[in-house]
Amino acid sequence: MSTLHTVNKSPFATGALVSCLDHCKDGDAILMIEDGVYGGLTGTTVADRVQQKAGSVAIFVLSPDADARGLATDRLLAGVNGVDYDGFVDLVADHDRTQAWL
Amino acid sequence: MSEVKKFLYVNRKAPYGTIYALEALEVVLIGAAFDQDVSLAFLDDGVFQLTKGQNTDGIGVKNFSPTFRALGDYEVTKLFVEQESLDERGLTTDDLQEVTYEDEDDDWAEKPSIRVVSRAEMADIMANQDVVLSF
Repeated sequence: MSTLHTVNKSPFATGALVSCLDHCKDGDAILMIEDGVYGGLTGTTVADRVQQKAGSVAIFVLSPDADARGLATDRLLAGVNGVDYDGFVDLVADHDRTQAWL
Repeated sequence: MSEVKKFLYVNRKAPYGTIYALEALEVVLIGAAFDQDVSLAFLDDGVFQLTKGQNTDGIGVKNFSPTFRALGDYEVTKLFVEQESLDERGLTTDDLQEVTYEDEDDDWAEKPSIRVVSRAEMADIMANQDVVLSF
């Protein structure tokens, strides 16, 4: 039993990403979408917390949203991988529930 | 419709700055008609929804905080409030309104609907649902 968490807000605007990180369980997945993709960047104030979770939780950014914002793959944290829209659908299908962190 | 599913409504927003909190309550009341196993979670700024003494006379919007006290009549009796979120905001359970329900399995004894849980317990509650609806 596992959960797909989606985060659609910048971590610099709201506490949604941090709250998500604090409530997700080993084996869950986090997908950063829309402004949430900024949470996948290196060198930010939340980078350590995201990196720390990357071992036990699969972390993704939605590539079209990252591309739209000019976030090159080499600026993403190690262990944070891009998925396309089909990958988003697969993630939803592969988990028991989806929880949005608005 | 036979299988009862576990529904969790997650409340993470303060009550009047956005429409999320009111809309969540509306959806809970509508959903209550479907005889599912319903819980509400209050964390982050969502804990502000349950504070006592709300008075919206001056801002021209409905004070919906009394509506939480009606949830028991719709068999919505599990309001989980995260302790850490209260602590971070300088709140204690004394700052929250009393919400109760009458337990039909216990001679209609009046019992508290609000249950304060730790962040770890909240994570377990979230992981134990069939459907999570976020507001």
